[in-house]
Amino acid sequence: MTLDRWIALVILVVALAYGYGAFFTMDQLLPPFMRNTPVWPSTFPKILSVMAVVISLAILLGLEKSGKGSDASGIDYKKLKEYNYGQAIALLGLMIAYALMLRPAGFIASTTGFLVLGAVVLGERKFHWLILIAVAASFGVWYLVQEVLGIFLRPWPFFLGT
Amino acid sequence: MLEGIMIGLSTAFSLQNILIVVAGCLIGTFIGMLPGLGPMSIIAIMIPVAITMGDPATALILLAGVYYGAIFGGSTSSILLNAPGVAGTVATSFDGYPMARAGKAGKALTIAAVASFAGGTIGAILLMIFAPALSTVALLFHSAEYFALMVVGLSAIAAFAGTGQVMKAVLMTILGLMAATIGEGALFNMPRFTMGLMDLQSGIGFITLAMAMFALPEALFLVLSPKRSETGSSDGKITGLRITGEEAKKITPVIGRQSIQGFFIGVLPGAGATIASFLGYAVERNIASAEEQKEFGKGSVKGLAAPETANNAACTGSFVPLLTLGIPGSGTTAILLGALIALNVTPGPRLMTDSPEIFWSVIISMYIGNVVLLILNLPLIPYIAKILAVPRNYLIPFILFFTLMGAYIGQNNATELLMLVGFGVAATILRFADYPLAPLLIGFILGRMMEDNFARSMQLYDGAGFILERPMTMGLLAIAVLLIFLPSYRARRAKALQDGVAQGD
Repeated sequence: MTLDRWIALVILVVALAYGYGAFFTMDQLLPPFMRNTPVWPSTFPKILSVMAVVISLAILLGLEKSGKGSDASGIDYKKLKEYNYGQAIALLGLMIAYALMLRPAGFIASTTGFLVLGAVVLGERKFHWLILIAVAASFGVWYLVQEVLGIFLRPWPFFLGT
Repeated sequence: MLEGIMIGLSTAFSLQNILIVVAGCLIGTFIGMLPGLGPMSIIAIMIPVAITMGDPATALILLAGVYYGAIFGGSTSSILLNAPGVAGTVATSFDGYPMARAGKAGKALTIAAVASFAGGTIGAILLMIFAPALSTVALLFHSAEYFALMVVGLSAIAAFAGTGQVMKAVLMTILGLMAATIGEGALFNMPRFTMGLMDLQSGIGFITLAMAMFALPEALFLVLSPKRSETGSSDGKITGLRITGEEAKKITPVIGRQSIQGFFIGVLPGAGATIASFLGYAVERNIASAEEQKEFGKGSVKGLAAPETANNAACTGSFVPLLTLGIPGSGTTAILLGALIALNVTPGPRLMTDSPEIFWSVIISMYIGNVVLLILNLPLIPYIAKILAVPRNYLIPFILFFTLMGAYIGQNNATELLMLVGFGVAATILRFADYPLAPLLIGFILGRMMEDNFARSMQLYDGAGFILERPMTMGLLAIAVLLIFLPSYRARRAKALQDGVAQGD
């Protein structure tokens, strides 16, 4: 089974779960006075879930002959082994770490860390330049966001106050 | 209309807005040149900036400037490096890159800039003529027609997805619509599909989704396959920006034709700059004389001017459905629509009467933007092209960082970042399997409006009777059904013909 049909299978499961939610869990919560209206909160989701199930089944069963789509990106999952997927996974991990650290560690520290480690993952070894650029960029972006755009970003770690 | 133009002129020509256009175009060119960052990612990154500006007219001017700046930047890297940063400029590299290889990089850039300028300007004139006319018609529409119109728009997007892709595009659209139902809607006072999670109460953030759908997969592809960010052979010397009178004479009719053709392709939902540029290239090659045809692909000035004109005209054309109907026809305009909604402006037929300054200043700023691109960006190109030399070890962490920032500062919520990574991984897998992502985002952005209109017409007609009682609604829905089934019918017939089945009808 090719990847696009596996995905159709996953979407089918999602659509079934969504449809279960729409058909069986939402209507009981509806207050009685709303039951007289022709359209319920679950109406639209019900239609969508049925359509999604039908179409994902159609893809899963291969009803539409899939011509090789015009793939301008020229990327092919079959060659995944040749790609640097280790780096990609490491960067994704870094992004998650960034999300978790942003509040406790503050913007400056987490951003500098993210930029430096990101470049290191990709193979950068000139640390003096790297750290300089990362620190400058962190402060620069912080200044732009906080002072120019006026959006609050906590710069320092939690133990230094806001 | 004259009054509107005056309002637009006075808004667009304020010092602040002119600076914004210049900044937008420069930023767009700058980032559009980078491999793998398309206009959608750039606009998505710029949205938080635009939203904090507060003024919808200024915000839209900025984003529109970034949009055509990005297209321009994309054509620059197509010409210089044969590395189109944007799908809409792939056709540009067919003839632009051979010209650059032949030492005529400067000339190619000038032709591209002039063609883009003409395409954009003529497109803006056409926009000025057609948008008000379409708005007047659209004012007759009721919620039932709106609902039907959105269905038509979404199915057109799916229909243009290409052979073997229609089902996938439809599925992605529905997935987007499903994602839009998550959270608490305006119409029903209850949270839906939140699974009890507080973070989903207000729904999925559209910037988060846009970033995850476009910026993140592109960045990940750059990591996965270093070849994508490899810069081609460029000696960095760009000389001889002048074009001869003879060449100018050659490309003038091409520019004229492609401006109009590109504009109308851009107006169609689902067919944006990419289709316009390929079609423009093909059309010009077919109608060129036999000896000129041989030059196509080897550095023909006509072959360069055609896609460049068409993609810019189409960019302008794609604003027509956005500004008059409030229905985006492409991923980029969908993001613009999302930004406008975040700024409390609902584009649609009433936009022209309710806030003419937005409508007209955007159009006027398109002229300014085109002039800026021509007279400011073109001389700067040799310097801007240096950005292509930024090592990818630095580039990629910064792209990822800006992606994260874009999702974070809109909401100030770190959970948003986790959602971004999750959706981004899902989007990358979908891209691997050739599932188109733009329909998902367009579906997501239209979802709420579509459901509101659907619910309103259901309530007015006490059931689904509105489909039968309103002929216009029924007609539009019939068109939508046709749009979905026609491509698969045609594909099947083409296949049958290939298999040797005689043409029965």
